[in-house]
Amino acid sequence: MKAIYEKPQVFTDAITTYCGGCGHGIVGKLIAELIDELDLRENGILVWPIGCSCLSDRYYDMDAFMALHGRAPAAATGIKRADPSKFVLCYQGDGDLVSEGMAEIMHAAIRSEKFTVIFINNAIYGMTGGQMAPTTLEGQYATTAPKGRKEINSGFPVHMAEIMGMMPGVCYSERVTVTNPGNVAKCKRALKKGFENQIAGKGLSFIEILSPCPTGWKMSPLKAMEWVDEVVAKEYPLGLIKDTTKEEN
Amino acid sequence: MNLVKINFDRCKECGYCIKFCPKGCLSKGDKINKRGYYPPVYDATNCIACGSCARMCPDTVLTVYKDVDVQ
Repeated sequence: MKAIYEKPQVFTDAITTYCGGCGHGIVGKLIAELIDELDLRENGILVWPIGCSCLSDRYYDMDAFMALHGRAPAAATGIKRADPSKFVLCYQGDGDLVSEGMAEIMHAAIRSEKFTVIFINNAIYGMTGGQMAPTTLEGQYATTAPKGRKEINSGFPVHMAEIMGMMPGVCYSERVTVTNPGNVAKCKRALKKGFENQIAGKGLSFIEILSPCPTGWKMSPLKAMEWVDEVVAKEYPLGLIKDTTKEEN
Repeated sequence: MNLVKINFDRCKECGYCIKFCPKGCLSKGDKINKRGYYPPVYDATNCIACGSCARMCPDTVLTVYKDVDVQ
């Protein structure tokens, strides 16, 4: 008997607080798989944000820290500088990273901090009840944009992976998604690359993940997955944006 | 024979495993779990143990085994 897929060992038995079909669950599982594969459990510290994923420290049996709104990169900077031998993972959503803590991630990139940032982009504030985020698409409905987001009032969606790609301190920036098994495998490859960059002591690695939010978007989970592929991925094109680690080799 | 174990009470009924199974081994269940969801039911007949269902599951409900001895 051979196990093709088992629950990652770092996971506790706690059931997540995410809604059914949430992309956070799939990404969280990939992180746990990589922690097991790269043996980071003893040496890693996870920095969690404010948002749907803020209770994530209950799901992983390892050291964790929950930072204030958007301040996960600032907290991760402190941890990484205090002990550079630790593996520090900074996990943030779009309301947290782009809206509340835009300055923190920008300055972490300017300083070229040596940790990995995972950015979950679901184009809405999930935990607080589906308000408009800076990443909300034009015309997309939200509780604070009942007629759809309009550029005249709220401007344009923010393309974080491209912005981070322009920063000299960022060594790796890629946008992936988790909408089918193939994309999940690609997402895992991107995360692994980000983790390995940090272990090798290169600059900040930034991975943006387009993720479904069925509850916030008022859709069924399967419809939300299709909507990511058909609409969200059109606004935020998938693919590698920057990888300076290749040139060094 | 291959086997997919379903952790009944973890399921949140998103339906990803049913949609992404290439062989149609999983289908909608009719038994309710203690959280109020209907977890899928599994039929091993066509299962190739590819693991797609388990990789797509956001709640680590599924465990996939290949070549299970049947007594």
